Amino acid sequence: MHPLAWWAWALGLAVATTRTTNPVVVGLVLAAVVLVVVARREDVPWARAFRGYLVLGLWIVVLRVLFYVVVGIKTPGLVLIDVPRVSLPAWAVGVELLGPVTLTGLLTAVYGGLRLATLVVCFGAANALANPRRALRSLPASLHQLGTAVVIAVSVTPQLVASAGAVRRAQQLRGSEPRGLALLRRTAVPVLTDALDRSLALAASMDSRGYARALPGRSDRRVGALLLGSLLAAALGTYGLLDGTAPAWLGVPVLLVGLTAAAVGSTLAGRQVRRTRYRPDRWALKETVVAASGLATAAILVLVSVGDPSALGTGAVDAWPQVPPVALVCALVAAVPAVVGLQPLGRAAGSSA
Amino acid sequence: MIRFDRVSVTYAGDAVPALREATFHVPEGELCLVVGPTGSGKSTLLRAACGLVPHFSGGLLEGRVLVDGRDTRDHAPRDLADVVGVVVQDPATGFVTDTVEEELAYVMEQLGLSSAVMRKRVEEVMDLLGLAALRDRPLADLSGGEQQRVAIGSVLTSHPRVLVLDEPTSALDPSAAEDVLAALSRLVSDLGMTVLLAEHRLERVVQYADRVLLVGPDGTVVSGPPAQVLATSQVAPPIVELGRLAGWDPVALSVRDARRKVVPLRERLAEVAGRGAHGAVPAPTGSAPTAPHLAASGGTLLTARGLHVRYGRTRAVRGVDLDVRAGEVTAVMGRNGAGKSSLLWALQGSGPRTAGRVALPLADGADPAALRPSAVRRHVALVPQNPADLLYLESVAAECSAGDQQAGAAPGTTRGLLEGLTGDVAPAAHPRDLSEGQRLALVLAIQLAARPAVLVLDEPTRGLDYAAKAHLAHALRAHAAAGGAVLLSSHDVEFVAESASRVVVLAEGEVVADGTAAEILVASPTFAPQVAKILHPLEILTVAEVRAALTA
Repeated sequence: MHPLAWWAWALGLAVATTRTTNPVVVGLVLAAVVLVVVARREDVPWARAFRGYLVLGLWIVVLRVLFYVVVGIKTPGLVLIDVPRVSLPAWAVGVELLGPVTLTGLLTAVYGGLRLATLVVCFGAANALANPRRALRSLPASLHQLGTAVVIAVSVTPQLVASAGAVRRAQQLRGSEPRGLALLRRTAVPVLTDALDRSLALAASMDSRGYARALPGRSDRRVGALLLGSLLAAALGTYGLLDGTAPAWLGVPVLLVGLTAAAVGSTLAGRQVRRTRYRPDRWALKETVVAASGLATAAILVLVSVGDPSALGTGAVDAWPQVPPVALVCALVAAVPAVVGLQPLGRAAGSSA
Repeated sequence: MIRFDRVSVTYAGDAVPALREATFHVPEGELCLVVGPTGSGKSTLLRAACGLVPHFSGGLLEGRVLVDGRDTRDHAPRDLADVVGVVVQDPATGFVTDTVEEELAYVMEQLGLSSAVMRKRVEEVMDLLGLAALRDRPLADLSGGEQQRVAIGSVLTSHPRVLVLDEPTSALDPSAAEDVLAALSRLVSDLGMTVLLAEHRLERVVQYADRVLLVGPDGTVVSGPPAQVLATSQVAPPIVELGRLAGWDPVALSVRDARRKVVPLRERLAEVAGRGAHGAVPAPTGSAPTAPHLAASGGTLLTARGLHVRYGRTRAVRGVDLDVRAGEVTAVMGRNGAGKSSLLWALQGSGPRTAGRVALPLADGADPAALRPSAVRRHVALVPQNPADLLYLESVAAECSAGDQQAGAAPGTTRGLLEGLTGDVAPAAHPRDLSEGQRLALVLAIQLAARPAVLVLDEPTRGLDYAAKAHLAHALRAHAAAGGAVLLSSHDVEFVAESASRVVVLAEGEVVADGTAAEILVASPTFAPQVAKILHPLEILTVAEVRAALTA
């Protein structure tokens, strides 16, 4: 499966999540995401991290509720727990510490947390289903060097963790049980030197394997000019867009010009690098279906919410939320990738080719 | 193919050159072995041959290095990628991608080869090195030998004319090392590739070499045929030492040659052995425990019963029973991944243990895992595979005084132990600047300062030259002779033959053989040292034993 197909799908579901405050709709989307990941993930290191994203989502909900209880604005309504309000000095005006916890407030906090958690889980799903390194391989040639740098930066973190573990175990062999700053110093020195050694070894290996080989005599001045121009246009365009008094042409049109300049510059820069791709991921029907399922979910919810802003709302917060029929359709569409392109049992179901 | 013309390399800040006036030529299709003591400039020579010196390392390079007619002065390493393939010592640090197949294709992507060519070459290299079964496997999940073969494959796909390898077998068990070397000699003989190879364990590679470059401690280089250069060299494998002792000219380099020449010597040795009533050939067994404090425990310093270690679904150690007795140097041997490290760490108490019991009879049968780290090391001290992990201060002197303090020993204890192990070390030197042997000695001294009875070493011989290994073997035997015990894991059969009195062989986490070094090593086809192979069926393991028998 092409990594970008999974990203398009996850992005679509993330957009869909932002269009609704109805916890049932959000919950259905979340369920679809989890179902697809469980059905389609392979036994690879990056897929094993999905559980971490789920835990993170749970934490987000818990933290959101805690924040509501401690500093949230206490809306009136059915009081669940009457926590006394702590009066703050005059300079902290506007901040409320504790106060009565109401059903409405609590539910709003839970629903808000659930939405945020679903966004995070969507991101985690894309990471679990699409190998992040393979996704970077789909970058245009001019960004190849940058992509490689990102890949290496990404792989440093687990290495640091492993190395810190080894050093800590070794230090214990010396019989020292330092705490606080002493521990940090004793671990940091060997871990950082080890990380530095590894990066140098990797850089040497990449250098002697032809990384960043440029074609002689092909440097192009136009690339620099175009990229500089596009940066300027981006700055001006953003200014025009945000400043209400600026003339209209300074907004979107300038931004578009900048975008075009950047695309042309990137293409020209890509020509200076002679580099090919081994077995590039192909975009076939199943990729289209996966991407379409995510984008369709987003499109349906956007259209419905634009047509009738209250259709996907919660209604009265403390009432049991309604289940609009369109939400069920969305959940089904979002879950389609769980069965798309599945190979018959017995053949290598894990192969991504 | 590779031509060095009066090449000197001086690194920034160094007073003396690492390589001095090196002039030699390696013709196409030769396997050229680079030998020399640690820190002699072997790596510098290898890195100069692929342009990493001076383009990557900095420093001053005088003279000219030509590789396939290209001057490394004008060509950065990346511009030599289609001519020279470089394999570094620890292959895992050089991997750029995730899976075997992508790693093999990486260099071709950089060179901009067409898709069709890439597909074809990846398949060819997989067949050549036997990697086809590993195609989709994540690189991190491979064993050491597999990683090394992938690392070699990943540079072969660019069809280089020259292959440069820095200690390709240092982390491998004997049979995995055989696989890698067999693949290399096939490349030389079938494809006419030129190979430049640095290696400390000459006994593994010398038989394949067409030429030897001997790098001296002062950075000078001598080039010549293996038999000629090694006959007088300071670093020499046991087979050459035996040849010198027996006065062979030229010295034999392969076990096969040596067995043809050895017949008279073997007859003499057999005669000596038969004449001596109690076996005139002295076995290197430790002296019997004599220290009075050992009487209570019957000489046992550490016992383990039913030891299991499990990581997730992997069962690293399965039901090992082991007694470590005073006066013994015990070597734990076995394949990569046989559970040696897990066993040692579990015995010491700081590694994970799923089931089983470990007890220290001298500490009232206490379990090392239940003691505090500072208390454990007074009974069992461990030197890990990467000794540098224990060091964190800026100078040898600071490490020594911190070691005294942590061990509760008199000031100067660690320093004294260090001098006994390795001679004089500059107190102001940074531990990272020491040679591998000196760094190991420093860590050993720090651990010995707490006067532990049992000393555990995990793969201590990586990167050590023959002299450093001899020092280490001597120190370990001395520790055992003084009433202590040593437990070490090693792939290095020659070192085990020289240092150990008892050998335990692990396979799949279980003990499959346990006995005296002579019994186990002589009988095993993979673990037999060179001298034992040559003198088979005599139970003689080292040149020192031969010498002792002849002078007896």
